[in-house]
Amino acid sequence: MSDLESTSEGGTALLDPPDHFDDLFASERLDPARPLTASRQLRRRQIFSRAMESTQTAAALLAVAMLAFVVYSVASRGASVLSFEFLTAGPPAIEETAGGGIGPMIVGTATLVGIATVIAMPIGILAALYMTEFASRRAARLLRMVLDLLFGVPSIVLALFVFELIVAGKSESGFAGSFALAIIMLPLVARASQETLLLVPQGLRDAAAALGVSHWRALRGVVLPSALGGIITGTVLALARAAGESAPLIILSAVFSRTVNFNIFSEATPNIPVYIYKASTAANPYGWARAWGAAFVLLLFILIVNIGARALHARGRRKMAR
Amino acid sequence: MSTGEANPASRLRALAARSSASAGAVDRLGDAVLRGLCVLAALLALAALAGIAYEVIDGATLAIGRFGLGFLVHTTWQPNFKVFGAGVMLYGLAVTSALAMLLAVPIGIAIALYLAMVAPPRVRNVIGPLVEMLAAIPSVILGFWGILVLAPFLSSDMEPFLHSAIGFLPIFGEPSSTGAGLFTAGLILTIMVVPIIASISRDLFLTVPQEMKDGATALGATRWEMVRGVVLPSTAPGVVAACFLGLGRALGEAIAVAQVIGDGKAIQKLFETGNTAASAIALEFLGAENRLQASSLFYLAVILLVIGLIANLTAQAITRRFLIHRAMTR
Repeated sequence: MSDLESTSEGGTALLDPPDHFDDLFASERLDPARPLTASRQLRRRQIFSRAMESTQTAAALLAVAMLAFVVYSVASRGASVLSFEFLTAGPPAIEETAGGGIGPMIVGTATLVGIATVIAMPIGILAALYMTEFASRRAARLLRMVLDLLFGVPSIVLALFVFELIVAGKSESGFAGSFALAIIMLPLVARASQETLLLVPQGLRDAAAALGVSHWRALRGVVLPSALGGIITGTVLALARAAGESAPLIILSAVFSRTVNFNIFSEATPNIPVYIYKASTAANPYGWARAWGAAFVLLLFILIVNIGARALHARGRRKMAR
Repeated sequence: MSTGEANPASRLRALAARSSASAGAVDRLGDAVLRGLCVLAALLALAALAGIAYEVIDGATLAIGRFGLGFLVHTTWQPNFKVFGAGVMLYGLAVTSALAMLLAVPIGIAIALYLAMVAPPRVRNVIGPLVEMLAAIPSVILGFWGILVLAPFLSSDMEPFLHSAIGFLPIFGEPSSTGAGLFTAGLILTIMVVPIIASISRDLFLTVPQEMKDGATALGATRWEMVRGVVLPSTAPGVVAACFLGLGRALGEAIAVAQVIGDGKAIQKLFETGNTAASAIALEFLGAENRLQASSLFYLAVILLVIGLIANLTAQAITRRFLIHRAMTR
């Protein structure tokens, strides 16, 4: 066997020359015409490397399989329930019967998320403007940290906060739920807006200033319109996230009727996440069937929004780069 | 862009024309108002964070005064006798989070390596978003799926298998009858944490300079040796930060865990039921029998908030140091 095979083990072979480096060349046995084939050592390293690559590929496939498994489970059970009646009618008076639908929950979730967006979007955009246009670097970093921390607050803790603030001593209300959802959306909207605003070329701002345009007109007329696409994408993604959020609603808007109601300040608003949650805690196959349908509707909405936003985002980036 | 209206330059020109025509007083007012609104929005975000901390601690004062720090270790939780201790919840929190991290960290990093190093760009652009999509599934749907689909499978197949294979480890007990328990909760959390670690780590791995990777390859390193020797060491702090963010998510998840953990009231083995701080709040808050129970749940929320914020701040601190280090060594 040749000398090449007896190089030292593993990773150190990369750094240190083999111990017999000098006599490698002195050696009579080293034949310059010897064909360059991989030694057993090298083959072992390559096989190990391939094995690690396969493991990594398997991990990625596992994640994709998991997604497919969950989506398939929901779709196969939920699609069969779907009908016009299911999307419009309320659940039956007795939960342990078939039929009925989730109409009031769809309307309620749309209402809750709509109000949350109306609260979170302007505040989020203004906070982002503050970070990119007005604040000192220090203040911007502080606000960024605050937003990150706000994002990191567990949503169930947020629920207790809003409960103490709005609900305690009164009744549950849809508004309390929306308020909590707005706090969840705020950091998402603000960070997405900030990132887009940072992409707007500084030259545009300078040009506006040089032309004597006042700061606020420049922001309103040039900077914000240029960033609008990214801001809307970020907001819609935050909205999708809020639509599926259940923890605050289980505390703030859980005890609701079977019909559509818009008394958001005095009554709990029916919504899809809490409906699914309640079904999962009861041993009632009819309720499960409706909950699978509700899960399918919700998941479909969220996946479509995510895919759409991703496509828009990619297009927007390409356009910005031009 | 097709229309002249949307063109920044033409917008600028129109603005300039209008500005010179309008009075300076309006502009000064506009500047001040916009600035004021932005500051107000920033203060609102700060107030929300401060308000959360204040209200949650305020709600917990009763329980903090009654039980003190002993709350953290006592395992009795009996609303009828007004005795509350968080031992069971904190045990459940530790076990489920540990299981989730044990599985999610290697899987997440492996996925990130696949996406950044192995997959051709075309494949990466399909699989990357799919993995991130896993994070978009609402937790209530994941929990519903967990209790109706995953749990029956676990109790009939996986748990008996694990019990017979590695049941000699004290933590693996008898398989559960329903599939609801700490183990199922840990797996559901794993599904939630993997995409977080994977997507952040992938972005980090993609930032490793090509020259460094080429250098390793030129020295004769195989792809894995290049990963071990160059990619992982140069991004390690960022990956750790990603893991802390994932941990923060696992600790705070309430609903999916509440759905699959079985609402257990004692410290039990892995396949048995349990509770976490977050799931206990979700399960018991509305049905709280007395003020002390509600206050004890607030106490749990304080613990969650503290651990969650620490995990988040740690991640931020690591990221900041890492980025500064990066900037200096470039």
